[in-house]
Amino acid sequence: MAILSFSELEKKCTDENKPIYEIALEEETVLSGDIADVIRLRVLEDLLAMKDAVKHGLTSEEKAISGWCGDDCVKLVKKFAERPSLFGKIFEKITMYALATAEENLRMGRIVACPTAGSCGIVPSVIIAAAEERKIPEVQQVNGLLTAGMIGLIVSNKVQLAGAVAGCQAECGVASAMAAAALVQMLGGNTGEILNAAALALKNILGLTCDPVCGLVEVPCIKRNAFLAVHAVTAAELALCGVESKIPIDEIVDTLKITGQLMSPLLKETSLGGLAKTKTALELERILHSKNDKA
Amino acid sequence: MEQKSLFSVISPIMVGPSSSHTAGAVRLGLMARNIYKNDFKKVKFILYNSFATTGFGHGTDKGLLAGVLGYQVDDSAIKNIFDNVKNIQYSYEYTEDISRHPNSVDIIFDDKMTICGDSVGAGEIRINCINGFLANIDGTYDTLLLMYKDRPGMISTVSDIIQKQKVNIASLHCDRDSKGGTASMYVALDIPVGDDVVEKVKQIKDVFFVTNIRKLK
Repeated sequence: MAILSFSELEKKCTDENKPIYEIALEEETVLSGDIADVIRLRVLEDLLAMKDAVKHGLTSEEKAISGWCGDDCVKLVKKFAERPSLFGKIFEKITMYALATAEENLRMGRIVACPTAGSCGIVPSVIIAAAEERKIPEVQQVNGLLTAGMIGLIVSNKVQLAGAVAGCQAECGVASAMAAAALVQMLGGNTGEILNAAALALKNILGLTCDPVCGLVEVPCIKRNAFLAVHAVTAAELALCGVESKIPIDEIVDTLKITGQLMSPLLKETSLGGLAKTKTALELERILHSKNDKA
Repeated sequence: MEQKSLFSVISPIMVGPSSSHTAGAVRLGLMARNIYKNDFKKVKFILYNSFATTGFGHGTDKGLLAGVLGYQVDDSAIKNIFDNVKNIQYSYEYTEDISRHPNSVDIIFDDKMTICGDSVGAGEIRINCINGFLANIDGTYDTLLLMYKDRPGMISTVSDIIQKQKVNIASLHCDRDSKGGTASMYVALDIPVGDDVVEKVKQIKDVFFVTNIRKLK
């Protein structure tokens, strides 16, 4: 029987005295017919692909087809080497890795959709940066990614994870909740802390719209990956200190869904409103179309 | 409600930038390739709506071409596909049709077969129409497709052949242009059937086209 809510998940974890990632493995075993080790291996493949994307993205300055974006990560790499970030090494790595992955995506590099391609930098940046700085072994990184997957899966049972359906709250927002949960898992938090971290992350991005310029996964999507990766860390830190979300996560997910329904279609991946209709965006659109016609 | 996999949220590994406009485009191409099966000299893509307007910036054109050539969604070569294609004539047309899905394409092989499909989100696809006949193929099942002269008893004859192979039928869709006219049948299977089954179905009176469509990876 599928787990359709976080309260069911929490109850199962408590009753069976198992962490979320174990439950995730069991559920996937039933669904796919594969043994747990095979599933872990598939998750590891995803993790390694994420690391590859970061590695490529850190050094590339290649622009997207549009010619707008693709050289911001390298700016961070250079500048942080001269002037360390106020927040320290982990912050540097998270922002760099998030941009590296999102830029790799826009230049048609190989990435892992997590949960979507537009939000592909958030979960990897948090997992990989934390693992490197805290020397967290690979097996625990896989546990983190499994935990993230379980969070995303339960949200996706209630609301489709697409900007066109519920705005960016359902893409980068959910990715941030997934990353927060992964981080708490990797830092040794318990089920309650993991769910609180996801709740806090999700609660604080409700209403985020999807208004990409020209309909491309570039502006504002790329930089948003860095912002929501850091957002995930805030949620994880608060949860690990014992801060609890007053509104339970299931109710936050319902709110996300309803907020998505209330959101104007102009702000749901149609590029008919928001940033996509600013003066500058319209000018970029004009230039892009003249480029397109020449191609 | 069908239970979803963990890998629906932490996969696929793909080349960017968009699951619908890039990975979906590759998968539409792959599916069309599985349906047409033959080596082709010429392929034309007609892109509709959002595929037409934002496809350029998303590499939808590259994805579709890579797909019909058999590249998988995570192949880094997709980016430079235009440099690697030889001996195949390919072309694109961009248009609008509000009766179609926002991310819609017609793939036409050798002026012989037209396959219409949509990219429905998160890399998922649906083939709606093959040479004018309604289809409903999403790439998750091996599917036997046949076209024939509409007459009573065709479903039972076909299902009898499949049943003898001990293969379970997951779903079955039929369509026809008119009573007694040309009809199509899509049989989604839990496990693929061999070419021997295709041959047997071909022998059925009034069947004039049969193909065995493999599911996507």
